[in-house]
Amino acid sequence: MRISVPAKAVITMHDRDIEQRVHDFKEVDGGMTSGEATLEAERCLQCKKPLCMKGCPVGIDIPAFIREIASGNFQKAAAIIKEQNMLPAICGRVCPQEVQCEEQCILGVREKPISIGELERFVADTERAHGMVPPQKKTSTGRKVAVVGAGPAGLTASAELARMGYHVTLFESLHAAGGVLMYGIPAFRLPKDIVKAEIAAVLTLGVELKLNHLVGRSITVKELLSYDAVFLGTGAGLPYFMGLPGENLPGVYSANEFLTRVNLMHADQFPLFDTPIKKGSRVVVAGGGNVAMDAARVARRLGGKVTLVYRRREEDLPAREAETRRAKEEGIEFVLCANPVKILGDQGITGVECVRMEMCAPDQSGRPEPAPIEGSHFTIDADVFIAAIGQGPNPLLISEIPELKRGKRGNVVVDSEFHTLMRKVFAGGDVATGAATVILAMGAAKSAAKAMDRMLREE
Amino acid sequence: MYSVERAGPLADKVYQMWVKAPHVAHHAQAGQFVIFRIDEKGERIPLTISAVDGDSFRVIFMTIGKTTTHLAALKAGDHVLDVAGPLGKPSETHMFGTCVLVGGGVGTASLPIIARALKASGNRVIGIVGARNAGLLILEDEMAKACDELLISTDDGTKGFHGFAADLLKQVMAREKVDAVWIIGPAMMMKVTCEVTRPAAIKTFVSLNPVMVDGTGMCGSCRVIVGGETKFACVDGPEFDAHQVDFNLLMGRLRTYQPEEKESLERYNAHLCACKGGDHHA
Repeated sequence: MRISVPAKAVITMHDRDIEQRVHDFKEVDGGMTSGEATLEAERCLQCKKPLCMKGCPVGIDIPAFIREIASGNFQKAAAIIKEQNMLPAICGRVCPQEVQCEEQCILGVREKPISIGELERFVADTERAHGMVPPQKKTSTGRKVAVVGAGPAGLTASAELARMGYHVTLFESLHAAGGVLMYGIPAFRLPKDIVKAEIAAVLTLGVELKLNHLVGRSITVKELLSYDAVFLGTGAGLPYFMGLPGENLPGVYSANEFLTRVNLMHADQFPLFDTPIKKGSRVVVAGGGNVAMDAARVARRLGGKVTLVYRRREEDLPAREAETRRAKEEGIEFVLCANPVKILGDQGITGVECVRMEMCAPDQSGRPEPAPIEGSHFTIDADVFIAAIGQGPNPLLISEIPELKRGKRGNVVVDSEFHTLMRKVFAGGDVATGAATVILAMGAAKSAAKAMDRMLREE
Repeated sequence: MYSVERAGPLADKVYQMWVKAPHVAHHAQAGQFVIFRIDEKGERIPLTISAVDGDSFRVIFMTIGKTTTHLAALKAGDHVLDVAGPLGKPSETHMFGTCVLVGGGVGTASLPIIARALKASGNRVIGIVGARNAGLLILEDEMAKACDELLISTDDGTKGFHGFAADLLKQVMAREKVDAVWIIGPAMMMKVTCEVTRPAAIKTFVSLNPVMVDGTGMCGSCRVIVGGETKFACVDGPEFDAHQVDFNLLMGRLRTYQPEEKESLERYNAHLCACKGGDHHA
């Protein structure tokens, strides 16, 4: 059933013109104006028992910040958000609000839920434009903690612990902090100057950032364990390949590699930047998640004709609906219920052989299990192939610490407080859960930081 | 920013550079590598750690593309923006007995640090350093000091044995029992030379240098096939059992960006000419 909604009250579409945006990496969604934000905020019912907050992994006081927007107190709104979340401009953009706060919003029952994500983003962008207010922190406890990995989990743990008065050393193996926010999510979805600004705010808390340090190699595990407590936020950076014949041909990429070359190394600007990439005139992306959409849309911006091959149905696509819609708008061709079985070519790729899939009885995930249909093979011409079928927890550091218990999928096993089997060591984010979302990693990091604080104060 | 302490040519197109980076120097072990990014526009390239002294470590490289050409232009007092490492698994340098280390061209750079580690474990170490001609030989003195015995070969006979390092390896194997061999050099040289030790099934290591991006196991650019399995050279290697390596795949993947590498170098050289060497930052 479709419910008609007064046009004036619902503001969501700020996407740039399609023809223009497929030629650059500037942000697609332009965000709300202050007038639109105020109007949207006024729709909020200010529920006594706000359901939206139940959907927020970091516990932002959503009605309170929306109330401040409605009153025109944008700085106050920013301060309310930042009590719980140091990365609001990032989260406003990449959180799947439609399955979190906005899904819970009572207005969603009858009409459209409040665009909480857009409002969060508006508040953060407005504050940044007017000069960010330095965050408050408690006096020093004199204790030292180490955080490993400067992605969403590590940044959040660092910020929380620094605010509690701990001296935080944050180790990052790459040359830039941000983790997946820098190397994974493309600039047209998350501009990198915004990521840098929010990281800079975390660093103003006195967090000591050590770039180019791979823990386990640049510092030993023994040195790491000399800190009073340790948080592991090393993420899910291990790319899965499909095990197909021809998968090691030049021109076959993991989504991680393809995205890193462009997002972190700026290969789209080769030869102005030194890192090259095979741009591909015909690109096939395998997968249906957000990473697959990102890879497909990057390839499109590099000038290729892009086909996305997904083994299940349209309604099973794990990507956010908005990103799937944008990918389609940008001319990505979707081949659904199909799976690559072979990469064709000799020196490089000439095509991808696929097979049609039929949907059988539901599997563990509740979705119909896809199975190949015999004799339904077909070929898609391609010169670049990108496997975007998922990532596993980074095995490198955790395999160096035998005392950590590892789960079936290679993740670090933690208890409900994100405590590992080692007394001093906590872990959160994708390394503990397997590949998930930015905000779930941040929620885990916040809980872990609280538990670390409790442990250190009880000592 | 990491400062260049010393730098200069070692042989034709071969340069050495000492860089101050305590996090690397204090933890580096034989066989490991670093990733350099020269400046904001730079690519990330892997280079083997060739020696360590206090807070500094040495890399040795041949000028092939733009980045190595740019690197060779850096002098003491200049900086490299990013140095990540040490990366990769260290060499297996336990007690084998008699070890032969074979270096081809610039690959010889990796050997002295391995030789010293093997000696420290009680091994007898024989070094074989080969190059196309005498002008391309590097680290003779250092290898002579690090090894119990050093043999030299040149393809054109301008110094030492006239022939390939593989021939010298055969000679050593004919005269004494060899327990482990390292072969480090260009992919083709490693592929050919490791055939010498295959019939006798002598444990043989090669160090692979495929294209890398992060160098920490996150992108899969450096994947190689070893014993029929896909491995990431950056975290599973860079040293592997030579007799299990698919060298054809390695060489094919090394050619992936040849046209781009050529374009980048030509652009850099044209820029250098245009500003008469004043500004290297193309």
